[in-house]
Amino acid sequence: MVETLRHGDYRQLAPRLVAAALVLFGILYVLVLSNPPPADGTFGDWRTTTFGSAIDDPGSFLLILLDAVTFAGLLFIVASGFSLIFGLMRVVNMAHGSFYLLAGYIAYEVQQRMTGQGGFAIAGAEVSTWEWVFPVLVAAAIVAVVGLVVQQLLLRWNQGQDLRQALLTIAVSVIVADQVIAHFPRQGTEQVGGGNAVSLTWPGWTERRIDLQVWNIDYSLARLVMLALGVAVGIGLWLWLYRTRTGKVIRAGVDDPQMTSALGLNIQKTFAIAFAVGAALAALGAAVGSSQGNVASGQDAQWLLNALVVVIVGGMGSLLGAAAGALLYAIVLTFSAAYLPITSDNCCSQYSIVLTFVLIALVLAFRPQGLFGRAG
Amino acid sequence: MKLRVDPKGAVERTIGVAGLVLLVLGPVIFNDYWVNTILTQMFIFGIAAASLIFLSAYGAMTSLAQTALMGIAGYLLGNMVTQGGAGGESKGLTLGWDPTLAIVLALVITTAIGVTFGAIAARSFGIYFLMLTLTYGVIANYFFGQVTQFGGFSPIAGVDQYTPGFVGEIVGHPDKLYYIAFGAALAVYVAIRYLIRTPFGLSLQGVRDDPARMSSLGYNVPLHRALAFGFASLVAALSGVLFVWWQGQIAPGNIGLAATIELLVMAVIGGLARIEGAWVGALAFIVINNYVRDVELPLIGGSFNTIIGLIFLVIVIVSPDGLMGLWDRLWRSLGRHGGGTPETASVTRQAAPEVSTP
Repeated sequence: MVETLRHGDYRQLAPRLVAAALVLFGILYVLVLSNPPPADGTFGDWRTTTFGSAIDDPGSFLLILLDAVTFAGLLFIVASGFSLIFGLMRVVNMAHGSFYLLAGYIAYEVQQRMTGQGGFAIAGAEVSTWEWVFPVLVAAAIVAVVGLVVQQLLLRWNQGQDLRQALLTIAVSVIVADQVIAHFPRQGTEQVGGGNAVSLTWPGWTERRIDLQVWNIDYSLARLVMLALGVAVGIGLWLWLYRTRTGKVIRAGVDDPQMTSALGLNIQKTFAIAFAVGAALAALGAAVGSSQGNVASGQDAQWLLNALVVVIVGGMGSLLGAAAGALLYAIVLTFSAAYLPITSDNCCSQYSIVLTFVLIALVLAFRPQGLFGRAG
Repeated sequence: MKLRVDPKGAVERTIGVAGLVLLVLGPVIFNDYWVNTILTQMFIFGIAAASLIFLSAYGAMTSLAQTALMGIAGYLLGNMVTQGGAGGESKGLTLGWDPTLAIVLALVITTAIGVTFGAIAARSFGIYFLMLTLTYGVIANYFFGQVTQFGGFSPIAGVDQYTPGFVGEIVGHPDKLYYIAFGAALAVYVAIRYLIRTPFGLSLQGVRDDPARMSSLGYNVPLHRALAFGFASLVAALSGVLFVWWQGQIAPGNIGLAATIELLVMAVIGGLARIEGAWVGALAFIVINNYVRDVELPLIGGSFNTIIGLIFLVIVIVSPDGLMGLWDRLWRSLGRHGGGTPETASVTRQAAPEVSTP
């Protein structure tokens, strides 16, 4: 940096300083600068946030941090499938969000039939672990098959034409999303279809709060399970990619598909497996997401955005990148919703989406390939 | 030297002129529904699709942010011109500014936003660029859906009541909007055709073909791409202004993922390689949209979107360059069977050595 200064190359340095200052300000704002709202119920100035700074209210800060980290687990599950498909095949699967939607509804239908509720809300205590796992497996299997069919029919014969493949998956996403809305939910509505919000129910044992032993905080076990599932998917993918023969072939295929295939390895089979696994990860993400919140029409766009942001920030096709991207994006989303100043009735937490854009802009300004992406 | 015969160009020019004459006489020939709904909409969405095709054909930047830029211009206009108070609008900022000023500001601000978008995406290529611009689009959609100051979930209505003096009232005079949109579409077409022949346009095409070489020749590649994106944003903004005039209101749904995909479908149906394709694709899409909307699909069910998705799928499978690509291919095959025009002959000659070299 001293060298740069001496040579007077401020064009390189200035944006870096601005970016560093922005990030530093954001961190300082959350940690010390912000204030809790005035006691008389009025709105404050630019330093007023709902909870005040981390020093004012460390309990809330920790809760929000936990929310961010656990949400990152869910983001990682969904985005890792997207990233896996891209990393191997250079296919941007624009139908990832639609697969998410489809899987969420399938899991819901299966769980409703298993518990015999017929569309009525299920109390968590009535759901056994198997009654959660089995619907998820069914949804993952069906969506994996759908993904496989899409890959074999539409993406196998035009490898290398990445724009055309992206357009094909967009067409698939339109069809799948429309079909999902036309046919789901089937239970508990007067008329089949409509894409109303429904939710899967976590198994009963997750429905409690864990005392964290600090600042009198107890935290939802279900959210910790969500994080654990994300970590498990990460470790599983890592073991698969780096410790098995299939994984070796996949990594070889990422580096040089022609050479791998010339060596007599069945790269087409590997592509098919990876696409099915990627789609199944969207399904697992949907199951977790709809257990924690719900699944409804329109979420295909939201989850496509989530997957895109994670891999754009983290870097395409990198497992570590997906994890880092998920964590950063989750932190920005969660903290901006909680720590933007409240200066009036409609300011400013509704602007939180802008910070997602700022995150992308900051990362891409310095690393166009994302944090852990390879150049080119 | 033999005079270059170009029958295809002649046929295209004839069709173009005939089409223009038909459109000029449009309000006389077609019924009101066609004029007010289908053709006016074709001009407006054609302009937006032209901005997409311009970026794709001459910059190798397939952008999914054009619908969002349309919407940003529409929202800016809606916020700036509508008046609040009794009998006025309740959504948005309701600034009540002069419509002429508002239009200029909407175009300028949208272009500035576009240059910023372009600058951030300038070093992303191909499919990364597509993803990044899609992200812009979805973020813009959520922004206008969430931020109640600028409109929030429900639409800003009545924007078409505030038009500049030189335009006059358009609510009761749909023919006026028809001709305005027609003129704007023509101007955009001419501007793009002009721009690609300027030094900037030529170096932009160089950047499209080989960014690394252009960079080593001393051209500022990111700047070229950012500026091209800015120009396309201006075009999209123009279409956005016309769109709010036509629809009278603007809502987050107008710039959602579905709307983004619809614009892409128009551009792809027309063909991503030629500017003319923008209006061809827009017309095809809007006609299908109007006449197939209420058709219930047998067996699989689902709405109009399934049909559009299937059509889109078929187009991308059969002819990735859309209808214009089909047209070009038709001429090429005609040329091959009929002895060949000079143009097609040169294409085959170019291909020949590639096959014969060992």
